[in-house]
Amino acid sequence: MSNGSSSNNNNNNTARFDAARRVAIFGGTHGNEMSGVTLVNLWMQNSAEIQRKGLEIKPFITNPKAVEKCVRYVDTDLNRAFTQENLSATGGDELPYEVQRAQEINRMFGPKGSAEAYDVIFDLHNTTSNMGCTLILESSKDAFNLQMMNYIKKAFAPASCLVLLNEHPLLKYSTSRSVAKHPVGMEVGPQPQGVLRSNIFEAMRVILKHALDFISLFNEGMEFPPCTVEVFRVLERMDYPRDANGNIIAMVHPNLQDCDWEPLNPGDPMFQTFDGKTIHYQGSSTVYPTFINEAAYYEKQQAFVTTRRETLAASAIRKA
Amino acid sequence: MQVDEPVRLPRLSRAAVCGGTHGNELSGVYLVREMLKPENRKEDGGPASLLMLLSNPRAVQQCTRYVDTDLNRCFTHATLNGPASEGAPYEIFRARELNNLLGPKGSRAAVDLICDLHNTTANMGLCFIAYSDCDWVCLHIFRHLQKQMPDTPMRFIHFDVSTKESYSLDSIGKHGFAMEIGPQPHGCIKSNIYTAMREGVQHMRDWVSCFNSGPFSCLVSLYSGFKTSKCFLSQDRDFCLLRPGEPLFQTFSGETVKYQGAEALYAFFINECAYYKKGIALSLARKRRVSVPSIRVQTDEEERASEQSFASEEEE
Repeated sequence: MSNGSSSNNNNNNTARFDAARRVAIFGGTHGNEMSGVTLVNLWMQNSAEIQRKGLEIKPFITNPKAVEKCVRYVDTDLNRAFTQENLSATGGDELPYEVQRAQEINRMFGPKGSAEAYDVIFDLHNTTSNMGCTLILESSKDAFNLQMMNYIKKAFAPASCLVLLNEHPLLKYSTSRSVAKHPVGMEVGPQPQGVLRSNIFEAMRVILKHALDFISLFNEGMEFPPCTVEVFRVLERMDYPRDANGNIIAMVHPNLQDCDWEPLNPGDPMFQTFDGKTIHYQGSSTVYPTFINEAAYYEKQQAFVTTRRETLAASAIRKA
Repeated sequence: MQVDEPVRLPRLSRAAVCGGTHGNELSGVYLVREMLKPENRKEDGGPASLLMLLSNPRAVQQCTRYVDTDLNRCFTHATLNGPASEGAPYEIFRARELNNLLGPKGSRAAVDLICDLHNTTANMGLCFIAYSDCDWVCLHIFRHLQKQMPDTPMRFIHFDVSTKESYSLDSIGKHGFAMEIGPQPHGCIKSNIYTAMREGVQHMRDWVSCFNSGPFSCLVSLYSGFKTSKCFLSQDRDFCLLRPGEPLFQTFSGETVKYQGAEALYAFFINECAYYKKGIALSLARKRRVSVPSIRVQTDEEERASEQSFASEEEE
């Protein structure tokens, strides 16, 4: 990290971070995920609700063409497009729309990995999976983010807000929020693509409010004592069973459908073929599946991901 | 209505089950694909040939509702018989192809029965959607499914549109209806929804077989149907009664917008994704009961007699 030092191993040390002065809220990274699109549009018209003293907060529609067409993306998935290769590609208008967009976003909110990058980016998403409110982390070592997760979870309780950690070397991907020093994904479901559900919308709004409150308090000098955060760490991607031609031959089993975050034990029903036969989970230990039956992941060969539960420790943090 | 003598209707010799009329409504897509597999093709018994097809293969391939324009609005007489043009939207071209295959609409050559498979993001359970409230074949099939699938919430929606103005795929057949099942996000396949559709289609096939085998002792049956008026909540509360003054919408600043209509009506298609573009948040309907007479298949003699009188009438 380019600002402050942190040490997760020694919780006696307080990690110092610079104040988070520049924050962005991304909506429409996927153009048909309506909560974020609607919230950002609302706040671009009237930002009173998201104002905080001493903080510059920029709501921003990342993929306007996809939003206009109400599709996930136009040429390629924007939320996979922020690779170093794409960000440094030449070709201007010849490049796929989302690669051009990624370069533009990197200029405005990055450059990724530099001292000039935005401090925090919240990236708003919806899923057709029954994931409830989920915060997505890309690093287990970012004490600032871990403390934020802890704060949000406590503020949102008794309602549930879980944390998904994707640090997997192969399954990790280059998100739009990865341009920032502290990237935070917010995923709320279940909601069909292209649909706005009031309960989902309100939940996302409340979580964001808590997140901005945390940053405000941090910037005012509050010290956050050491804490632990329960997370679900991504293990592997499970595809649908397919035939020799790549066609899906089974659906998520009714016992697994909508059971995000519940234990899946070896031998439990996992898929159901079209003629009613059950395919069982063959893993060697209990896992916690999520992103179960996300519509957008059929083309990414993913029926769900498996996770394991972990408790991460975060050192105390304070403004530098 | 006198119930002594069943209404005689011609044999249902040719039927069609269509999936993928909207390419991202996946239950029908996967069901038709499954039914097309050689190991699943089977004889029902009784002289009925069953066509199974994907209505909009390009939209299916792209997993999108449509490519150029909504296929399920392309089956008006005007669109089907309009001038052919090179640059016509794909779906208009496809609608004409389907009309050649399954119709022509309004002619004696049209298939006897079309069942068009759909999904909705609205919490509607299983619905039959039809233009007529006196198509006894469709009503009897509905009643049969109600009896065979008592755990599945099931409704019959009557769209009060004349045959002249009918626009959907099922209007090509002599009898036709859409089987709409939700809630399911577009682009997703949920096993419980797929299973309900598979069972519904199987029961329909069984009924057709049974009817064609005649004599068929159908009883007079009563059911609840819905007439609709298009208008412009209670999220997931499809088919609950919406009374004047009850909450309908919530603004982004948290205020409630109430239903201002004069009459209590039943809301359905609540928050169907594809209807945002059409400016429809929900539809409203009245509930009615309809008496359905007994029906039985015509004998060969009766069928010949009615064909002769049909031919001499020179109908359009």
